[in-house]
Amino acid sequence: MSFAWAKPYEPKNPFMKWVDERLPVPRLVYGAIGGGYPVPRNLNYFWNFGVLAGLALMIQIITGIVLAMHYYSYAGGAFDSVERIMRDVSAGWVLRYVHQNGASFFFAIVYIHIFRGLFYGSYKAPREMVWMLGVVIYLLMMATAFMGYVLPWGQMSYWGAQVITGFFSAIPLVGEPLRIFLLGGYAPDQAALTRFFSLHYLLPFVIAAVTILKIWALHIPGSSNPTGVDVKDEKDTLPFHPFYTAKDGFGIGVALIIFSIFIFFLPYSLGHPDNYIEANPLVTPAHIVPEWYFWPFYAILRSFTVDFIIPAKLWGVLAMFSAVLLLFFLTWLDRSPIRSTSYRPVYKIFFWILVADVMVLGYCGQAHITPLNVALGQVASAYYFLHFLIILPLVSKFEKPLPLPNSITESVLHGEDKESAPFGLATTGGATTAPAAAE
Amino acid sequence: MATVSDPAQPMMPGEPVADAADGHGDGVRRRDFINIAATSFAGVGAGIAVAPLLLQFAPSADVQALSTTEVDISKIQAGQGIKAVWRKQPVFIRQLTPAEIAGANQVNTGELRDPQTLGERTKPGKLNWLITLGVCTHLGCVPLGIGEGENKGEYGGYFCPCHGSHYDTAGRIRKGPAPKNLVVPEYSFTSDTVVQIG
Repeated sequence: MSFAWAKPYEPKNPFMKWVDERLPVPRLVYGAIGGGYPVPRNLNYFWNFGVLAGLALMIQIITGIVLAMHYYSYAGGAFDSVERIMRDVSAGWVLRYVHQNGASFFFAIVYIHIFRGLFYGSYKAPREMVWMLGVVIYLLMMATAFMGYVLPWGQMSYWGAQVITGFFSAIPLVGEPLRIFLLGGYAPDQAALTRFFSLHYLLPFVIAAVTILKIWALHIPGSSNPTGVDVKDEKDTLPFHPFYTAKDGFGIGVALIIFSIFIFFLPYSLGHPDNYIEANPLVTPAHIVPEWYFWPFYAILRSFTVDFIIPAKLWGVLAMFSAVLLLFFLTWLDRSPIRSTSYRPVYKIFFWILVADVMVLGYCGQAHITPLNVALGQVASAYYFLHFLIILPLVSKFEKPLPLPNSITESVLHGEDKESAPFGLATTGGATTAPAAAE
Repeated sequence: MATVSDPAQPMMPGEPVADAADGHGDGVRRRDFINIAATSFAGVGAGIAVAPLLLQFAPSADVQALSTTEVDISKIQAGQGIKAVWRKQPVFIRQLTPAEIAGANQVNTGELRDPQTLGERTKPGKLNWLITLGVCTHLGCVPLGIGEGENKGEYGGYFCPCHGSHYDTAGRIRKGPAPKNLVVPEYSFTSDTVVQIG
């Protein structure tokens, strides 16, 4: 697909040959995740997280379809139907634990995947579209996760729905009518629950479709790599299968062990006990927090406490959405041609400060509202925008990067290139060795 | 998944050829073993992961909790019947008249599609209490004949309106497409007036 030396599909099995001639799906698979997709040979384990995110999406879709067979999207019975899944449905408890913790698992993977992209400059040319489709997926995930959290119709579900739909009421003039329109009522009730269920079922398939576009866009330049140096020749790559199917398989094994620990031993560690109280429109829980993966954004939302030209409420909502939408413009904010932060000594410091800043925001998002926590959240929120809007453009302009390796092969081999040539290359002897190309 | 390619061909150039590497000399490389072991492990794991996805289709605990039902039969006169509900299915409980019992006993069981006597289909000493599922053995419709004035079919028992199966006064199939007699569920008389079904 991407490189001239990508191996064409040559079916050995006559049946596959017959199918391929009529419907070239085997060819497509071979070129996408088989031996026909050349991948840089130096990918580290952070490159497992794309496949892991795909796995998490599949787990959520499969368990979700099954849970929908037992769930009632009826305001009078939704809460009980979830308890029925836990107690009465055969193996229902494990399916729900997988789905419930699977959402956290999915977000955890995606956050690592996003920071991988930030560190290794995955948003830079020629992969801007891959990155932007990723941001679209992230936004869709947030919507899906929010609506899914409403479905058990507990106290946190209900008040989460109330608060999140309240964002829309911040919009001048049309805000409140829009909120009522979206809820189909003045407060969350049957109409909201049913439409949330319908959309919660729909959106994962939209995510799957955007994922296909994203993989399509990715396979045009091919995967990036930890040096950020472009692939130059066949020696820089390995076929996806068996090399990266094996590496991803190992990563999937490790990820599933960690996931299983949560499902079987800590199933409630990431949830909130208030959601086991049935929704009550007359009482708000004393301490209302979203799920952990929304904490940083929740902190940004809460950081605006005074009206300044426009109301504080609108500032909060705008800032919160901007915090995600900023990611669309990363390619144009970071002008440095160097992709990998490994070769950017100044930016590397700011990258880790940003990681810490997001963690602080996460802390503030779940903390009780005290003057100190609010002040901390305000500083952290300000820094978040400062990083992307001021620091990133300035650093990329003035920073002096470290020397880049001449090629991927040179970066991984230290005079051992001969014995480490990719499969099938040693006998051809045609390709020049990397150090030679470096002169 | 696992491609156990030509064992003579090393995966990476420079790697010593298999037999020399593992010292077995039987052509099985260490890598082949790892390959098969890893994919087998993943296959077994995938199989186990599928189990809950299939198990959830089975009747849940609240459905299984409906597996016994007690019915008061003290109000049923000879010649009358009621429909009870057991596991969400209709059960016909009918007190036969002496004429209906006699009619059922006159039949030569050798001529029946599903040979059974009335005695085999009722409890000892309770020949007058015919308790069957109200589910036609053809394709599951509820036959007519338990309610007053309903069509009892040509044999005075039940008649299924869907595809025209006729059952006699012992609930046995006599005419039409149904293959079996109406099913007699497991039941017992807990007293003279109460039947526990299931």
